Amino acid sequence: MPENRPLLHATAVTKTFPGTVALDGVDFTLHSGEVHALLGENGAGKSTLIKCLTGAYRRDGGEILLDGRPIDPRDTLEAQTLGIGTVYQEVNLLPNLSVAENLCLGHQPTRFGMISSRAMSRSARQTLAQYGLEIDVTRNLDTYSVAVQQVVAIARAVSLSGKVLILDEPTASLDALEVRMLFDVVRALKERGLGIVFISHFLDQVFEISDRITVLRNGKLVGTQAIAEIDRTRLVNLMLGRELEQETRESGRTDRPEGEAMIRFRDFGRGGRIAPFDLDIHAGEVVGVAGLLGSGRTETAETLFGVTPHDSGAASDAGKPLHLGSPRDAIAGGFGFCPEDRKSDGIIGDLSVRENIVLALQARRGWTKPVPAREQAAMADEFIRRLDIRTPDAEKPVGLLSGGNQQKVMLARWLATNPRFLILDEPTRGIDVGAHAEIIRLIEELCARGMALLVISSELDELVAYSHRVIVVRDRHHVAELVGAEITTNNMVAAIAADREAAL
Amino acid sequence: MNARTLPLLATMVIFLAAYAVCYVQFPAMLSTRVIGNLLTDNAFLGIVAVGMTFVILSGGIDLSVGSVIAFSGVFIAVLLRDTGLHPLVVFAMLLVLTTLFGAAMGAIIHHLEMPPFIVTLAGMFLARGMAYVLSIDSVPITHAFYDQLQGLYYVMPGKGRLTLIGAIMLAVFVAGMLVAHRTRFGTNVYALGGGVQTARLMGVPVQRTTIRIYALSGFLAGLSGIVFSIYTSAGYSLATVGVELDAIAAVVIGGTLLTGGSGFVAGTLIGVLIMGLIQTYIIFDGTLSSWWTKIVIGILLFAFIVLQKGLVWLTSQRGLAMRGGPGGTR
Repeated sequence: MPENRPLLHATAVTKTFPGTVALDGVDFTLHSGEVHALLGENGAGKSTLIKCLTGAYRRDGGEILLDGRPIDPRDTLEAQTLGIGTVYQEVNLLPNLSVAENLCLGHQPTRFGMISSRAMSRSARQTLAQYGLEIDVTRNLDTYSVAVQQVVAIARAVSLSGKVLILDEPTASLDALEVRMLFDVVRALKERGLGIVFISHFLDQVFEISDRITVLRNGKLVGTQAIAEIDRTRLVNLMLGRELEQETRESGRTDRPEGEAMIRFRDFGRGGRIAPFDLDIHAGEVVGVAGLLGSGRTETAETLFGVTPHDSGAASDAGKPLHLGSPRDAIAGGFGFCPEDRKSDGIIGDLSVRENIVLALQARRGWTKPVPAREQAAMADEFIRRLDIRTPDAEKPVGLLSGGNQQKVMLARWLATNPRFLILDEPTRGIDVGAHAEIIRLIEELCARGMALLVISSELDELVAYSHRVIVVRDRHHVAELVGAEITTNNMVAAIAADREAAL
Repeated sequence: MNARTLPLLATMVIFLAAYAVCYVQFPAMLSTRVIGNLLTDNAFLGIVAVGMTFVILSGGIDLSVGSVIAFSGVFIAVLLRDTGLHPLVVFAMLLVLTTLFGAAMGAIIHHLEMPPFIVTLAGMFLARGMAYVLSIDSVPITHAFYDQLQGLYYVMPGKGRLTLIGAIMLAVFVAGMLVAHRTRFGTNVYALGGGVQTARLMGVPVQRTTIRIYALSGFLAGLSGIVFSIYTSAGYSLATVGVELDAIAAVVIGGTLLTGGSGFVAGTLIGVLIMGLIQTYIIFDGTLSSWWTKIVIGILLFAFIVLQKGLVWLTSQRGLAMRGGPGGTR
């Protein structure tokens, strides 16, 4: 690796959004001829950093040097002309145009003002030949597989920019063979001297293709290391973080409730999403779920709640079978579910705090029995007080509140239905430290009152703090269950990082 | 074979089959006289449908064109009646006006991020209102130059007449095909129809393209108004009500996807001819109510929308099959 001047050198890049600091003084260097993996959980700041580099966001602070010259791209087009090209997971090309048109859009060869389709096809064929792709370039892009589209996208990005190539989860929807093909392309480009930023949550692929790794967490730089100097355990440690600022306990809670399980899941699973698992839920117990992004955490929650109904196994409630074919069934069974992505799956931003809180209760009662207005207002006021939701009044649209308060409104919605079993997917993601502590306190309080909770979190310290039991998920399997004193961040990291072969 | 050309092929097959049916019943239908009339009678619709094709390809809609045609007729008639301007000067003034009108709608659609449906609906009322302001009555056009224009035609073998306005329509179609398939602007129109966000990321000048698309539609609506005034020798503010819908129907029957991004200008010509053919058949038959035109067009439209839905469904199925395996995306 040439150690002289880096191709891309970003120092102290900072970006704040209302309520959160998405990037806090992050440094990043990229040399030509290297593949540099950028890692971190959701909300770690990966995509914010990428967007600052490509001009999709304007950074609030810091400096970016490309070839030693400071740059400040206003939009992705400007970044592209400067030499920074990006390829996203969802191919950002036009499926209704031909492969050649997609490659040449904006710079089609013309003769007398008319596009020369023959010249265009010829140049497209030549470009793709460099990537070992011999296809009919006059056919529409959507007649080809995602992998081919991905290579076309790379070819376009490289031909337009030619210095830095950012690959944002390019392998997420490819199969093993297609990944191989893509990696061959990446290696060839590396040989040609491009600097490549590779984002993926598949650790195997990261270890296979990268030269160096940079890990971000909570908007901060955790570290940059050469791939040879780091092992999986260390990497998972870096990504998930060990040292939370606040005081935490060493191992999980041992005051686990005794007696019969309230709800039992046997061989519960869904093909392609989560392998069948057994799970017992006791009243007054917090079950933590640990695992990396994409490991099957959210899939577990969605299968339990009937969002993606299970296709194997069964659930039983105190010995009686429990039908869980849809979220409606789950709600009828006394379940509640706060999904990970509040904005798209949970909160309805344009509705008021009151309306959002009443939503689930109303759904449960059925639309023919509206909740009286006075009752709605009283309920909203009660939850605003109880959960300390910071809002001027109950009629404020939820979209205007901060992330932490939105999360509380969503919790309130489910608490209003008085569930027996509440599933929380990343309840503390993207909220400030104060609200964070309050949510944890609330989880403990609900548990003390006899509610059963299943909490998914990337924050291992947090799981240690409130879990009686922790289930570790990897590659869409439940691979380990830790109870009481076994629950330590070390044990969780070990279970998450264990090689597939070792686990079998 | 490309799945995208299937609607176009379907249109051609339907047109040829329909013509064959007509020919079997009325052999005279194949004469160049009928063909000449077909072109002349549908010239104004064809011209405006070319503009509509571009708009729909880009994923938009232009509801104002029918009103713009009526406005154009009244504008020409009133100006020729009240001033001494030569018709060619009036034509030029009108085309500048309608082009700017279209460009303004395009600018509003782009800058205010408003749905084209609403903006061009407002344009439709505005243009119709302007026509009323100019004159409520039908204003006849009596100008020597108009007689000259109407007298221009080429006699085809078989005594059919290719009139000036029929020829203008064919020229507009040829120009439209070239612009759609052989210019960067044309590719950009398809790109917008494929996805505005993606197109922007790929460097398509979205603002310029959007404005030009509606300006082109406005220009062609103006040209169509000129042709319509030559065809009827009058300007009337109540004329061509609903022509925008006929144009949309012709575009869709011509195989263009109503959601944009896929289709051919040539298909629109066939779409227009199919609609004209149905009308001609009804005239030949003599006993059928002219409402049958609407009924048949309705059925055809429905059939084409179902065909397109089916094609979209088929391609997405194939896409899934090619991706293969379960493996949920996360």
